[in-house]
Amino acid sequence: MSRPLFQVIKPGLLTTFQDLGRTGYQEYGVVVAGAMDDYSLQIANLLVGNQRNEAALEVTMMGPTLKVIEDTVISICGGNLSPRVNGKPVPMWKSIAVKEGQLIEFGQPLEGIRSYISVAGGFDLPVVMGSKSTFLKAKLGGLNGRALEKEDMLYGSEQVHTIAGRSLHYDAIPEYKKEITVRVILGPHQNAFTKEALDTFLSSAYKITPQSDRMGYRLNGPELKHKTSADIISEAIPLGGIQVPANGQPIILMADRQTTGGYTRIATVIAADMPKLAQATPGAVVRFEEISVDEAQELYLRKEKIVSVLEKIVL
Amino acid sequence: MTLTYHPLGDTGIQLVFGQTISEETNQHIRLFAARLKAEQIEGIMEWVPAYTTLSIFYRPEKIRYQALKERLEQLYDRIQGGVADAASLVYEIPTYYGGETGTDLAFVAEHNGLSEEEVIRIHSGQDYLIYMMGFVPGFPYLGGMPEAIATPRRENPRAKIEAGSVGIAASQTGIYSLESPGGWQIIGKAPVKLYDPESQKPILLSSGHYLRFVSVSKSEYDAIAEAVRAGEYKINSKEK
Repeated sequence: MSRPLFQVIKPGLLTTFQDLGRTGYQEYGVVVAGAMDDYSLQIANLLVGNQRNEAALEVTMMGPTLKVIEDTVISICGGNLSPRVNGKPVPMWKSIAVKEGQLIEFGQPLEGIRSYISVAGGFDLPVVMGSKSTFLKAKLGGLNGRALEKEDMLYGSEQVHTIAGRSLHYDAIPEYKKEITVRVILGPHQNAFTKEALDTFLSSAYKITPQSDRMGYRLNGPELKHKTSADIISEAIPLGGIQVPANGQPIILMADRQTTGGYTRIATVIAADMPKLAQATPGAVVRFEEISVDEAQELYLRKEKIVSVLEKIVL
Repeated sequence: MTLTYHPLGDTGIQLVFGQTISEETNQHIRLFAARLKAEQIEGIMEWVPAYTTLSIFYRPEKIRYQALKERLEQLYDRIQGGVADAASLVYEIPTYYGGETGTDLAFVAEHNGLSEEEVIRIHSGQDYLIYMMGFVPGFPYLGGMPEAIATPRRENPRAKIEAGSVGIAASQTGIYSLESPGGWQIIGKAPVKLYDPESQKPILLSSGHYLRFVSVSKSEYDAIAEAVRAGEYKINSKEK
């Protein structure tokens, strides 16, 4: 049964519904979208007793103000954008009870830039091509394919009994920094670059420019030179792929990337480090470190274990 | 021909079937994808065929890179020299050429020293292979357009091109599946929806099959558009 949960008093800078993305349709050109920080999304869901892939609100930099219409349990995970309930700071990475009439608000971004607000039972939204994720460019999914607007009413799905006060072990809470190192697997087009370009890539600091969004992060730093051409025959592009067009400045492909692309890719950021990037602000400094597929998958499994252990406890 | 394998980060693997765009390579990829579908390897989430590659995305908690690579190698060995299981289809796309929704037809004709009728005859006299889908939802990358009607992109791209518009850009032809800006020479319009998120089958076309433009009159166009709106239109297709 659908029931009104929150009324949007202020929509915030960019607040959209996201789940783990629209997989299964990339071969038809349908963009995956989904949470930029999939770790925080999954934890937020599990803390309120949802399936890990349920849709939550992805809040960017300046959060929304939501008025609670019906008592429920929420969790706020990810970047610390100073969440408050009725003017009082509330803990993150924890399930908290909110009461009818209270206001959920945000203040200064303190650490990271994206927060996830989950609600017990999940939001009532249409499932389009297997997902509730919003893809703004194609006006697809989420709340009518768009970001939240003032006076929107947000509906919850079924009523569930969830305990407030459940929290994530502090060891599993990530830190978000202004200077990050992300690990990459080289290729698949590393041979299109000069030896110097590969060395430069792995030893230099790149800055995230303001022209960065859910689709891609444009970086600025030492130029990466191609041997001959920056172009390839179009092919599928993965999350975290680092493409380098002819100007030699890398672009990291994020959640809303196109499904296919025609630029050489020097490397791919490993899955476990994507949340770090998702929480990095324009102006932050990124360095790249090469690791093997095997090492990357070990890191992936370690992270997956945190989520699956929590899943077993909660569900 | 030897297949090469490359990691796409830690959750993807790319299979490279060749270095140049050809129908043969494309059919090879289509065959492999069909067998991959039948094989149902646990941990594989989806795959994306392209001109010369097949990219597979998977979950390392279900299958690791080396193990997956070995499974794919075995699969490839088994299908060596095979032919595609299912025949390719030719989808017929009704197209109203020229008029208000195909304003660049005259330019394409003039650029190539042809009459508008000749451009239509050449453009609709061909089966185009759908090499891959991408760019935007439901957009087919087509191959096989005769050079006789090749025309450069417009110098001033239009801010808005309606979905269904049929265009030419250099020696490529295509249909806009989504309203978007673009610089293609628009020569006609198809009343069918290549992309309809509300529909049971959100995407009309798929790679590895063919497409043929069928010239229709304005009144035929209107009738089909009406049937599409009413949800009663079914696209014609036949075996290649």
